Amino acid sequence: MVSELINANPVVYKKKERRDRGARTVLDEYAAEPIDQLEIFDHIRDIKDPEHPYSLEELKVITEDAIDIDDQRSYVRVTFTPTVEHCSMATVIGLCLRVKLMRSLPSRYKVDIRVAPGSHATETAVNKQLNDKERVAAALENPNLVDMVDECLAPSYA
Amino acid sequence: MNFEDENFELREIQRLEGHTDKVWSVAWKPATGINGVSAVFASCSGDKTVRIWEEDSTGSFQCQAVLEETHTRTVRSCAWSPSGKFLATASFDATTAIWENVGVDFECVSTLEGHDNEVKSVSWNNSGSLLATCGRDKSVWIWEVLPGNEFDCVSVLLGHTQDVKMVQWNPSMDTLFSCSYDNTIKVWIEDGDSDDWHCIQTLGESNSGHTSTVWSLSFDASGDKMVSCSDDLTIKVWTSKMQEGDQNAPWEHVCTLSGYHDRTIFSVHWSREGIIASGAADDAICLFVENNDNEVEGPSFKLLLKKEKAHEMDVNSVQWNSGDRRLLASASDDGTVKIWELVRLSGQKLL
Repeated sequence: MVSELINANPVVYKKKERRDRGARTVLDEYAAEPIDQLEIFDHIRDIKDPEHPYSLEELKVITEDAIDIDDQRSYVRVTFTPTVEHCSMATVIGLCLRVKLMRSLPSRYKVDIRVAPGSHATETAVNKQLNDKERVAAALENPNLVDMVDECLAPSYA
Repeated sequence: MNFEDENFELREIQRLEGHTDKVWSVAWKPATGINGVSAVFASCSGDKTVRIWEEDSTGSFQCQAVLEETHTRTVRSCAWSPSGKFLATASFDATTAIWENVGVDFECVSTLEGHDNEVKSVSWNNSGSLLATCGRDKSVWIWEVLPGNEFDCVSVLLGHTQDVKMVQWNPSMDTLFSCSYDNTIKVWIEDGDSDDWHCIQTLGESNSGHTSTVWSLSFDASGDKMVSCSDDLTIKVWTSKMQEGDQNAPWEHVCTLSGYHDRTIFSVHWSREGIIASGAADDAICLFVENNDNEVEGPSFKLLLKKEKAHEMDVNSVQWNSGDRRLLASASDDGTVKIWELVRLSGQKLL
């Protein structure tokens, strides 16, 4: 579909070792376990980049530290860093992050998605679009876009 | 009406299920809920349907009709003609459908095509002779209502630089207002009788306007005052000295209400008796009334009450019924519509 890659030679980083969240001491197995940074990261780390066979984690588009979470307030903010600052795939990546979190988190959650400050040429425009829920709803009724998003999300469900 | 020294409660009367996706908008049918006529409203949803709800003899709302298999995508908003005979529905499928209401039946009698893509809002003028639509293609269309369910596009208004979120006619004269993702509100009037419409004012940041997407606007009963709400987390009140029918009188910023919602404010609606309701992505509904304490610095508004967790998810639309009871309908991403009644804290009805 894309004839010329926007970033033909991205730097690929090593995946972070997976920690076992279950290793924590369980005092009360019935107590609700708060959602934390790592759980959010696990939901999104394996999302495939729209134009490369690498995950968003491998390209350092997302890192664990770029996730702000307040489980009590049911709030998550994911800050991602496109590999190049004029990346036209930024809105697709943002849409993938939003859709994955929408499908994975309890409906009480409020999610903000943004590109890292200074990481994108049209940062304000990209952020505004990604957080306009009417535009997101309309995009998710576009079959071509949904196919593209589903393809990127597939590895994250493995 | 005096709201001083009284405590009020927004009491949940009913929670209506039926839609299978987010509910975007609700609209009360005119002249219902008054003089013994049972209250009726329409709701529209991401499930591509419109539902018509009617109050039964016990005061409970029931779904009376489901309007489906016409729109092929989200139905974003709906509006009744002033007579209540027609319901217009705007959809992401790029069309606006006109439904004729006969008894309990609704028949789609016309489909307005022309917008390039998503239609986001539709509004009838006060006499029911004109219809306005707007959408993602940045345009506002004005349609003339002709006999035989014919609708003629009389003007396509260009001026907004981004998608247009909502159109709304002033209740006292044929002045059209539109608000947009470009952070502005535009005011449009017709030139004499040439059928040509043009923008006479743009309310933006330089006129103390909004600094992000303007989602919705509403007028007070006289049409002299307007309220708008935005992604900038504020609600703004505007006024115009348009008494004596001067359509050219400019609109001016009166005051800004901030600090009441902490996520995008999607909907504002001004009740007939002067209560402003707002609904937002923080799941809350707020009510505001004019504050008469400070005559010197001009009109200001104060919070009457805030209903936290009004819904389990974003509140997309709030609408007052203009009948005998202070009924408010709200629509949410949680797929439900709720009916609320404003009552004194003692439980006594307001009037």
